[in-house]
Amino acid sequence: MDTDDHDVTLMVNGVKYQRLVESRLLLSDFLRHNLALAGTHVGCEHGVCGACTILLDGEPVRSCLMLAVQANNHEISTIEGLANKDGTFHPLQQAMHDHHGLQCGYCTPGILMTMSAFLEENTSPSEDEVREALSGNLCRCTGYQNIVDAVMAAAERMRG
Amino acid sequence: MSTRTFGEPIKRNEDRRLLTGQALFIDDVELPGMLHAALLRSQAAHARIRKIDVSKALQRPGVVAAYVASDLGDYWQPGPILVPPPPIDGIIFNARTQVPLAKEKVRHVGEPLAIVIAESRYIAEDALDDIEVELEQLPAVVDLEKGLREGSALVHENVGSNVSAHVRQTKGNYAAAAAKADHVIKRRFRYEHGISSPIETRGVVAQWDARANQMTIWDTTQAPVFVRNGLAGMLGLNERQVRVIAPFVGGGFGPKIMMFYPEEVLLPWVSMKLNRPIKWIEDRLEHFFATTHERGQIHDAEIALTSDGRILGIKDVFLHDGGAYDPYGLTVPINSQCTLLGPYVVPNYDSTFTQVFTNLPIVTPYRGAGRQHGVFVMERLLDLAAHELNIDPVEIRRRNLIPPDAFPYNNGIIYQDFSVLEYDSGNYEPVLDLALDAIGYKTFRDAQAAARLQGRHLGIGVAAYVEGTGIGPYEGAKVQVQSNGKVSVATGIGTQGQGHFTVFAQIAADQLGVAVTDIDVVTGDTDQFYWGAGTFASRGAVVAGNAVNEAAKVVRKKALKLAGDLFECSEDDLVIENGRVSIVGIPEKFVKLGDLAKQANPMRGAVEPGTEPGLESTQYFGPKMGATANGVHAMIVEMDPQTFDLKILKYVVVHDCGTVINPMILAGQIHGGVAQGIGNAFYEKLAFDDQGQLLNASLADYLLPTALEVPRMELAHTVTKSPLNPMGIKGAGEAGAIPGGPLFAQAIEDALDLKGRGVELLEIPLSPSRLFELTRNAKG
Amino acid sequence: MKPAPFKYIAAASLAHALALKSEHGDEAKFLAGGQSLIPTMNFRLARPAILIDINGIEDLAGIRWSEGASRLGPLTRYRALQRDAAFTLAFPLIGEALPHIAHPQIRNRGTIGGNLSHADPASELPAIALALRARFRVQAAKRERWVKAPDFFVSALTTDLGPDEMLVEIELPLASPRTGSCFMEIARRRGDFAIAGVAAMVTLGDSDECSDLRLAFCGVGETPVDASAAAGGLIGHTPTEVAIRDVAAAVQAMIDPGGSVHATADYQRHIAGVLTGRALQTAYRRVRDGH
Repeated sequence: MDTDDHDVTLMVNGVKYQRLVESRLLLSDFLRHNLALAGTHVGCEHGVCGACTILLDGEPVRSCLMLAVQANNHEISTIEGLANKDGTFHPLQQAMHDHHGLQCGYCTPGILMTMSAFLEENTSPSEDEVREALSGNLCRCTGYQNIVDAVMAAAERMRG
Repeated sequence: MSTRTFGEPIKRNEDRRLLTGQALFIDDVELPGMLHAALLRSQAAHARIRKIDVSKALQRPGVVAAYVASDLGDYWQPGPILVPPPPIDGIIFNARTQVPLAKEKVRHVGEPLAIVIAESRYIAEDALDDIEVELEQLPAVVDLEKGLREGSALVHENVGSNVSAHVRQTKGNYAAAAAKADHVIKRRFRYEHGISSPIETRGVVAQWDARANQMTIWDTTQAPVFVRNGLAGMLGLNERQVRVIAPFVGGGFGPKIMMFYPEEVLLPWVSMKLNRPIKWIEDRLEHFFATTHERGQIHDAEIALTSDGRILGIKDVFLHDGGAYDPYGLTVPINSQCTLLGPYVVPNYDSTFTQVFTNLPIVTPYRGAGRQHGVFVMERLLDLAAHELNIDPVEIRRRNLIPPDAFPYNNGIIYQDFSVLEYDSGNYEPVLDLALDAIGYKTFRDAQAAARLQGRHLGIGVAAYVEGTGIGPYEGAKVQVQSNGKVSVATGIGTQGQGHFTVFAQIAADQLGVAVTDIDVVTGDTDQFYWGAGTFASRGAVVAGNAVNEAAKVVRKKALKLAGDLFECSEDDLVIENGRVSIVGIPEKFVKLGDLAKQANPMRGAVEPGTEPGLESTQYFGPKMGATANGVHAMIVEMDPQTFDLKILKYVVVHDCGTVINPMILAGQIHGGVAQGIGNAFYEKLAFDDQGQLLNASLADYLLPTALEVPRMELAHTVTKSPLNPMGIKGAGEAGAIPGGPLFAQAIEDALDLKGRGVELLEIPLSPSRLFELTRNAKG
Repeated sequence: MKPAPFKYIAAASLAHALALKSEHGDEAKFLAGGQSLIPTMNFRLARPAILIDINGIEDLAGIRWSEGASRLGPLTRYRALQRDAAFTLAFPLIGEALPHIAHPQIRNRGTIGGNLSHADPASELPAIALALRARFRVQAAKRERWVKAPDFFVSALTTDLGPDEMLVEIELPLASPRTGSCFMEIARRRGDFAIAGVAAMVTLGDSDECSDLRLAFCGVGETPVDASAAAGGLIGHTPTEVAIRDVAAAVQAMIDPGGSVHATADYQRHIAGVLTGRALQTAYRRVRDGH
């Protein structure tokens, strides 16, 4: 039985990849297993938990709801590309560390990608706005409070 | 010693790896030649298996193997009983445990029928459709009362009924107490707890290496040592041939400890058979069936009181839904039975429960582990009593609190750790007062009246509880100073986000005068530490933490002795700090800890008989019983009287878990527990139909609270040390999750004036729709 | 939860997409945002043999204006609608409903055409399409037709689209001046499917009496429900509290909600009445106070 394979060319964290993939391969699995970028996590495969959130051309999307083939000619950003090249943290990573915004850490990459994009567009969010932006990412460990504090602190730091 | 980190909000050692996506979780394990497993699961809750034929699946390209129960031969056996029944007189316990693959009968939706091994999970799932299954459906046992009636279908025919267990515990003489009481209040309560639903599901990777004669198993288990021992036995291997690694685990909350799951048993066997590494990752749909639940109880409870609200006694008869098998014994309902007593003086108690077999997934502890159910009954009984006796609900609680001079307080019944339920220490009234102060109890009635004039319906709830924590049997830790001066700590338990990599480092840091960041903690790897029980029952910090402390103390002594020999001075003249041992007052006369470690492992010379090389120690800690923490939660809600929508305006937790190691990590645990309590009370509900089918098996319909449902929480704590361990600590992992149910019931009743309208909230979970149904015929 | 195998084709143009759909009929499905389709495929509830990816057909996306109406390409993403101030000003019902549709990550990919074609009974946009008197242009390889919104939604998850057809344009007539609108819904959590949702529009004549009333619901039937007839009694009058309560009762009598794991049918019916009152009051206040 032949599989329906397609060439994909895409940028991930600024690096170009070219692969042959089966059409039904989910983008989440492609990133994790074909590109060995396992920082993006899978929690539900039906678009609810948000753990798999990555940036597609700068916008947060659920990678479990995209096929790898759909990423052809697009730019993807994942958690592996969030910190600076020299290893220093993005302000949001630092703030999450400072405010204990993670416990098991499984939902964390999805939250970091969602909220880093949010902070690019919202430099002075209120707590309500932060909670609303966060509501598409489920966390079972933290009760969200410290994550909210971290986002507010990062926003302040990013405002300079 | 200057670097005092114990009690400080030290930031976490483990964060960097997690924040950069570099931490190893189970699905990140990639091995050359690895194959993937998928399980065919029963779609029926109760059925006889007439036929399973995997031959078509084997023909699919990419499929390597497929197995049913008969292929396992002698390897197929029901799992062990993990927690035997406690030593209670007259106990009935019918042990029936789960099997790796169903034979003859399936007993719940999701029970595995066959396992397929393929080149990818995608192909393995394709192959599941190829398997031909014929099931002869039987009526499903779902309703607890119906399940106990004559003529009900039987989950296990050879039990003769659906009774999994029957336990009665008594203290004093309730009947006599009730006869003398001024008031006796009796009600039926229903409490359902939900599923753990961590964001990471379960997974197992098994790698048999025939040449090395070694089995390595990665498993999202909370109990790697037990898994290693059990699987070694089953596979006919020596314990030392098996290594179980619990990597970073994305949330545990209890059900990841339940073992042996079928997948834990199957994967290593398959790996040995095929001589290939095999991976199985539970998907979210499977998780609703394949990982254990907590579910419901029905209580017929009564409370006997004096007219000034003092409890004379409580009688409770309850049914507990145990699911299709009972490997975890009676832990959950015993916790309900014991925790019902709460922080109160209950002179007479008569509690009976029946654990019922049902055609539903297995029930094992999930954060709270049955305590929620007991606390709901007690707190609601007190609220009912307060209303009937016209006493303020907080006041009635205050009048019944165990006084501070009554500790250790013996409750006279047996707890889940098999010892008598004894509260080691406690000072309950200050916790209550702090909570009342923080929530603004005194001024609330005025605020409520003012809001009502504006058409807003506010309500308040206050609930108290105790939490049994830190039970035995024991944990161990090995602390070792390495020649580079860094310290390594290893313990047998696993970590699912509780901050062990930091908390245990803090404990060792204070003994050894080393920076927390220079301490590397390993948990959950049986090759790194051989002995232990696991992470459950809020015991990690207490039991393993104390073991770390003991081991670090011994290493400290060894270091001082070595340095004393080196400087030819008394150990009393030495100080350890900043990674060095120096003479008091002469800081330039020092030796680095790393150098002492090198010295202790000489290349030449001799190691004295009776001593050991290296600067290390392995110590164990086994508390003789659990330590009892306690707390009070208070909440103000606003209800929409037409839609029954609810908004939490204020949430306060005051908690006492003895000495606090890291207040930041403690607060995180409370926050997370509260969020789960909110989910349990108002959002999460497993909707089973009467044929045992789960109607909401997805995260779209099983509603976990989001950042919009969980409010900001205000925390405070008091410290009443535990006399049961040298550090004085008590566990805290489950506290946040325990009183949510009665808190919501109380606050909603208050906001909507339900008591005045003749409506009582005697069930959890609630929801806007349920509140509509309960109140539609009420007055007002 | 991996999807079953399928053949994937990235359509190069609308003509290409329609030719493929003609050839394969119900065996093929269009892939737009994928936010509804891919979950059902991951659950293996949907197993299309062919997936026609239309995301590359740029002409299918966009907000255009013509005399008296806005014309939306079906591939227009929720996010694009949310960010277009002129659009949300002209169609405040949609602006008010968008934050209730799932979450930002979903709205970055999901499309209005996909949403309408999926026809989930709890979905907001089909109800709003009814309220706005929307029309849909539907195209097959060799023909094209216009469908009025009420005729488009046939039953739960079923539209009037034939096996070879695609929804290619959504026409939204602009509301008359002096129209106030309000969208409200009750859901268990923000972004969840509505237990009941209402789109209300009140148009006032010269003397502040109602000249037109639109009322449509999601979540309370197999399709979105146009309940405007229930408000017929308000035409020619100023809406009073009593009159609005009568409308709410009429709505409750008119609908037949099915209940779900989240709510009983009676609760849905009750909520529909509550929302009617609140939405009509708000819509009326908005236009009367010159919102």
